[in-house]
Amino acid sequence: MAEQVQKRITPPLTDADVEALSAGDKVLITGVLYTARDSAHKKFIELLEAGKELPFDPKGQLIYYVGPTPTKPGEIIGSAGPTTSGRMDAFTPAILATGLKGTIGKGQRSPEVLESMKEHKALYLAAVGGAAALIAQSIKKVEIIAYEELGTEAVRRLEVVDFPAIVVNDSKGNDLFAEGVAKYRKE
Amino acid sequence: MRKVSTSDITAKVSELCIEAACNLGTDVIDAIKSAEEREESVLGKDVLGQLVYNFELANKEHRPMCQDTGITIVYAEVGREVEFDGSLDEAIHEGVRQGYDKGYLRKSVCDPLSRVNTTDNTPAIIHTTIVEGDKLNLTIATKGAGSENMSGLAMLKPSQGVEGVKDFIIQVVKDAGGNPCPPVVVGVGIGGSFEKCAMLSKKAIMRTVGEANADPEIAALETELLLSINNLGIGPMGFGGMITALAVHIEKHPCHIASLPVAVNMQCHADRHKHAVL
Repeated sequence: MAEQVQKRITPPLTDADVEALSAGDKVLITGVLYTARDSAHKKFIELLEAGKELPFDPKGQLIYYVGPTPTKPGEIIGSAGPTTSGRMDAFTPAILATGLKGTIGKGQRSPEVLESMKEHKALYLAAVGGAAALIAQSIKKVEIIAYEELGTEAVRRLEVVDFPAIVVNDSKGNDLFAEGVAKYRKE
Repeated sequence: MRKVSTSDITAKVSELCIEAACNLGTDVIDAIKSAEEREESVLGKDVLGQLVYNFELANKEHRPMCQDTGITIVYAEVGREVEFDGSLDEAIHEGVRQGYDKGYLRKSVCDPLSRVNTTDNTPAIIHTTIVEGDKLNLTIATKGAGSENMSGLAMLKPSQGVEGVKDFIIQVVKDAGGNPCPPVVVGVGIGGSFEKCAMLSKKAIMRTVGEANADPEIAALETELLLSINNLGIGPMGFGGMITALAVHIEKHPCHIASLPVAVNMQCHADRHKHAVL
C-alpha cells in the first residue's frame, strides 16, 4: 500500500525529486525548512509585487506553515506543529512561481493551489496537526531570518532531522485526502 | 458572604491556562486510544498513535501539546454569596497574562482588523453567571483557531425539523474536512436564539468526552450523528478513515416559535479545558 512507503528527502528539491514522490508517501525531511504563515505571506507578496526578492532563496525549498510557542530557556524551539494551510491559499500560487518546491501544513488546499502545483511541479505535504511537541523534537536549529517583529509569525530557518510528513498532493494531481476519504466513506 | 480574593483567582487562572496547554484530560486521551484500536486505515492508526505519544510527551516535559495555545475562554460561575475584593474580570485577564508568560504559551490574540497582537493573549473571553452557593467555579478552555474557524451557525426554518438539524451538522463537519484536526469533538447547540445556540455549542464541548446528554432523546441523536459523521470517511487528519469524531455533544434550549437555531462548534482532538473551585 502506498501509505506504507517511507522516503527521505533533503531540500533543495529538483523537479525529478518532486516527481519521485506520490500522494500517500510518508517522508522524513532532513535539512532546511523555512517557516512562514499569514502575516509573512502578506509581506512576501508585497515584495514580489514590488519586484523584490524574498528573504531567502526559494528555489527548491519548502515552506512550513507554523507559528511556534515561545522557546523555553535552554531549548531549541517551543512546540511547533502545522497550522491550517488553506489560509495561505491566496498567496501560494505566486510563491510557487518563484521556484519553491512545496509547502507543509494541515488541511486541504484550493483548486487554484493544486493547479499551480502541477504547473510548477511542487508538493503539498501534511504534518500531523496537534503533534507539536513530537514535531519539535526533529528541529535541531532555529534562526529568525526576517520580520522578527512578527513574533511567532516571523520567518525562521529551521534545520531539521527526520521531520515527519505525508505527501497529500503530488505534482501529478493525485490527492490523498480525496482518495482516503472515498475509500472509507459509507453512504 | 464568603470572600474570594482576586489574587487567588489570578493565580488559579494562570495555573489552569498552563495545565490546559500541557496536560490533556484522561477522557480525551482514552477516547483517542480507543479510536486507535478501532481505526482500520493504516495511516489513520499511525496518526492516532502519534497523537497519543505527543500528549504523553507534552505531559512529561510540561510543554504545550499544540503550538496553538488558543484564545482563552473562561466560564466563571459565581455563587451569589461570594464577595470579591476587586474586579473579577481584571483578575481573570491578569491570570491569563501571567499564565501565558510563565508557561511559554503562544500569544495568539490580535486586533481583528489591524491584526496587531495584544502580546499577552488578553483579553480573555469571559462568560459569567450567578449561581447558588458561596463558591467560584472556574472552567478554562484554550481554544485553537484551526477547529474554531470550521464552526457554523444556521437559523433554520422550523419546517426543516430534526432532519434539517442533522443535515446542517453533518454538512459543517463534511466541509471542515481535515482542517479542524480530526478526530474532533462536535459541540452542538439547538434552539435558544442566535447567540444562545452558539453558547450552548461551546458549553457542549466542555462536557467529559463521550458522556451522553441526560435526555435520552438527545442522547440517541448524539449516537446517531456520531455514526453518520464517522461514515463520512474523513478520518484522522482528513487522510481517510473510520474515526472522524470522538463524540457529538448536544445541548438544547427552547426557542421562538418562528425559529430553529443550530450552532456547531468544532473542537480539535486537543480538547483542552480545566476546572477549579475557589
